[in-house]
Amino acid sequence: MNPAMWIAKTGLDAQQTRIGVIANNLANVNTTGFKGGRAVFEDLTYQNVRQPGAQNSDQSVLPSGMMLGTGVRTVATDKSFVQGNLIQTDNALDMAINGRGFFQITRPDGTTGYTRDGSFQVNADGDLVTASGNLVDPGISIPDDALSITVGVDGVVSVVTPGSVAPTTVGDIELAYFINPAGLQPIGENLFLETAASGAPTTGTPGEDGLGTIFQGSLESSNVNVAEELVNMIEAQRAFEASSKAISAVDDMLRFLNQNV
Amino acid sequence: MDRMLYVAMSGASETMNAMTAVTNNLANVSTAGFRADLSAARSLPVFGGELPSRVYVAAERPGFDTRPGPVQTTARSLDVAISGEGWLAVQAPDGSEAYTRSGSLRVSDTGLLVTASGDPLLGDGGPITVPDGALTIAPDGTVSLQATDQVAVLGRLRLVNPDLATMTKGADGLFRSTGQAEPDASIRLIPGALESSNVNAAAELVAMIDLARRYEAQVKLMQQTQENDEAATQVLRMG
Repeated sequence: MNPAMWIAKTGLDAQQTRIGVIANNLANVNTTGFKGGRAVFEDLTYQNVRQPGAQNSDQSVLPSGMMLGTGVRTVATDKSFVQGNLIQTDNALDMAINGRGFFQITRPDGTTGYTRDGSFQVNADGDLVTASGNLVDPGISIPDDALSITVGVDGVVSVVTPGSVAPTTVGDIELAYFINPAGLQPIGENLFLETAASGAPTTGTPGEDGLGTIFQGSLESSNVNVAEELVNMIEAQRAFEASSKAISAVDDMLRFLNQNV
Repeated sequence: MDRMLYVAMSGASETMNAMTAVTNNLANVSTAGFRADLSAARSLPVFGGELPSRVYVAAERPGFDTRPGPVQTTARSLDVAISGEGWLAVQAPDGSEAYTRSGSLRVSDTGLLVTASGDPLLGDGGPITVPDGALTIAPDGTVSLQATDQVAVLGRLRLVNPDLATMTKGADGLFRSTGQAEPDASIRLIPGALESSNVNAAAELVAMIDLARRYEAQVKLMQQTQENDEAATQVLRMG
């Protein structure tokens, strides 16, 4: 069938993917620690129909050939790791990372997931867990008689128990970081997984080695910029329309050919 | 059979080729750094034993639109747009030096600064290796790492501005120059922004309508040939 139609189809596919990414961003505009994505496009390979510089006759060469493009493809859906706003919640177990780094979470299958969502809670055993109930790694156990919990900017968690004046340290929160955070695989539940593209994680103390600091009583809001997403949506919609217009134009041409010849 | 039919047929098929180029531009209307392909038609008269009354046509791509595309701010630290003219130098998969305007950069797992399609960016002395950390790219192309109390310069992106007449778009969508491409210190980058495609959607849509009507005219001629042929047969039958 005619290549022009298939090229326009790749344009429709690409804009469809883009709308999907935008819709996901907009849906997660209030998700704690969410990182917005964007679709990155690349032109597909070109077909050399007539080679520039080829011999046109004995004495002449073609000054310009014809290379026809074959469309567009979505090469990546990139997450932007720009810092989201810090929102004050005053909840002792809410933590936000101001800067680079991820909290480490032990998933039910034993593997480690990484998140920016610091809305932690305590489970029935006194362990610090995420809102979905996964344990924070390294594990931190809060005594059941704790009067107050304090998390330092360097991740030291200390509690004050009845009858003691000095706070007791119950654990340290460590942050992990990656050379290429955009290569992390998002799996939902605000979690990311390590991939070959992200590189291996390096763990460290918050505030050291360029890692971010921890703000207790704050949460990092979604970094989605609603106005930008809406503008992107309009643009994607119009680009989609242009490609579908191309399909109908080629369709009309072929119909005219079939009806008249 | 009258040769007019073949002339009209080549006109229709080359118009469809031009349509393919327009469709490709429209499909890439939001590809960062994309340069629209221009299309042109050239006449190919047939010289033979008779007068050169038959002129075939060849659709061509004389080059690409060199105008810069609109710059969109993204606030992503590894996005760079080139202000005005100039190109980012990358290493193509075959090891040769190629150029792009698509500045959506990232760090590969091996610690190289690469484009969205994974081609390493070239610095003054080959690909730029970056350690883990918060990278910033300065308007003059200097890549630096910001640690808590110090800034380490890692290298400078190779920004070139070869004569546009020597540049061609390759089959992989990267640009190459047949001439010498020396680093140009006057090229300025806009960090935190991306240059979008320079395809003019309105112009492409108008070109599309134009080509569609031209195609219909060629088909009309093919139809006319058939009618002429039928009329001639009719005359012969009567005689």
